[in-house]
Amino acid sequence: MTLLSVENLSKRFSSGGRQVAALHDVSFMLAAGETLGLVGASGSGKSTLARILMRLIPADAGRIRFDGEDWLALTGPELRRRRAKMQMVFQDVLGAFNPRATVASVLDDPLRIHGIVPKNERPKEIATLLDRVGLSASYAERSIREVSGGQRQRIAIARAIATRPLLIVLDEAVSALDVSIRGKILELLVELQEERGIAYLFVSHDLAVLRAVSHRIAVMDAGRLVETGTARQVIDNPQSSAARALIAAVPRFATGTSAGISEGHDS
Amino acid sequence: MRLIRNLIRTPEGAIGLGILALLVLIALLAPALSPGDPLKIAARPLLPPFTDVNFPLGTDRLGRDVLAGIIHGTRTSLAVGIAAALAAIAIGLCVGLAAGFAGGLVDEALMRVVDAFQIVPSFLLALAFVSVIGASVPVVVLAIALGAWADPARLTRAQVLSIRERDYIASARVIGMHPVEIAFKEILPNALPPVLALSAIIVAAAILTEAALSFLGLGDPNVVTWGSMIAEGRNILRSSPSLSIFPGIALVVTVVGVYLFSEGLTNALAGRRSEA
Ligand SMILES: Nc1ncnc2c1ncn2[C@@H]1O[C@H](COP(=O)(O)OP(=O)(O)O)[C@@H](O)[C@H]1O
Ligand SMILES: [Mg+2]
Repeated sequence: MTLLSVENLSKRFSSGGRQVAALHDVSFMLAAGETLGLVGASGSGKSTLARILMRLIPADAGRIRFDGEDWLALTGPELRRRRAKMQMVFQDVLGAFNPRATVASVLDDPLRIHGIVPKNERPKEIATLLDRVGLSASYAERSIREVSGGQRQRIAIARAIATRPLLIVLDEAVSALDVSIRGKILELLVELQEERGIAYLFVSHDLAVLRAVSHRIAVMDAGRLVETGTARQVIDNPQSSAARALIAAVPRFATGTSAGISEGHDS
Repeated sequence: MRLIRNLIRTPEGAIGLGILALLVLIALLAPALSPGDPLKIAARPLLPPFTDVNFPLGTDRLGRDVLAGIIHGTRTSLAVGIAAALAAIAIGLCVGLAAGFAGGLVDEALMRVVDAFQIVPSFLLALAFVSVIGASVPVVVLAIALGAWADPARLTRAQVLSIRERDYIASARVIGMHPVEIAFKEILPNALPPVLALSAIIVAAAILTEAALSFLGLGDPNVVTWGSMIAEGRNILRSSPSLSIFPGIALVVTVVGVYLFSEGLTNALAGRRSEA
């Protein structure tokens, strides 16, 4: 069943009198419970696509249907309510949190705003969320600045699943983490998907990461989607020069060994 | 609390805080430290300093106690300085927040007004204001605030514009937080610290401006101020320099104290951020 369909999305930025086509006529679909890996060199427009999907910036042209609704037509309180269904995890594990926040307040906000559980049950729900992402409930009272990068990303994931979303957009969500932590976070994401049927749009410049989690992979190059296919198709038999360049950038693909992270699960 | 601990860990913060605490204490306890009206004649005129234990700093041309004047002058200087800074910060915050949040035409218009106030030298502005309306403490406070609100307004706006682009604001929008809640809970508390650090410098400038206005005879005539004491002493600077020197020292110590405090505060705030 199609959860998300993006049609002919375009976006230009004008910076210093120069026009940049950050997105040019991008179309793709995403099924419920599916992971689409979005790969591309830096500056190819991945974050722009993620931000338009999250309604953080407007698109110039194109349509987005999400969960049976015209996603770009939603505004005001209606949009804020629907946002519960589409969540995001950011790359910058520090910048994505208000420096004054505590772990509890980070998780309390979505629960409060969307009335996920009654007020008196929120502390219990926060403990459950922390437990689900592999953190002890005693973390709740800590300042967000007092926990490590990997733990912060677990908290970001807990915040994203707090509203019980259908789709989570992950923009370079593991790129800033140590390789050892990265594998554990990817495992957690795959587990959550199997358990709750969440769809992921997994943005990364690193094909090795995407192969570990993606059902399908879409390749972006200079604002265009140049190739889409199953993870295996794109990696074993790339059609575009952009995909070939990205594969060449991962040494272990060339030698055929796969390191650290769990193998991909093709659909 | 942690901020205060960080503040006194730096030498400038500790000294600044010490000086300010002492001055505040003197200002608060002025009626007890030196009872009675400091503008009243207390002894024979032009008593030299360090000769009479009852008047350690001597008396002026009219026989008024210099130490009493300095103690009560602390009240005026601090009160005017702090009140003017509070007013300037309050106006600056409101204008800066409005400009930063509204953007577009409102932002343009407000920032042109800020430009206008920044171009006019603030002392001239205060001078003109007091000359036209008349000298009294509230007018002096307002006159100084008028010349000082542009900097905090500009800084507040810059802070709002920069914080608005941070990921944590995007993250707040993503979870469906109401824009008003984002403004007051996510942006404002993080925009404030640098503006508050600026306030110490505004206090120092305000104290100097007040002294300068009083020196020119444009202060409130019904209260003692260091500026008016210096002006009084100026006429007999050669025979009794101490009359100008003592209030001058008080002024310098206060301004240096405020500057050190602001320096320490800025470092403490920066340290708190880099700790993260
Ligand atoms: N706010 C902006 N203003 C101007 N140009 C932008 C802005 N955001 C992104 N761009 C430009 O759009 C292009 C795509 O950027 P981005 O989506 O961040 O790429 P990616 O996430 O794939 O690295 C880049 O050329 C970038 O410079
Ligand atoms: Mg990016």
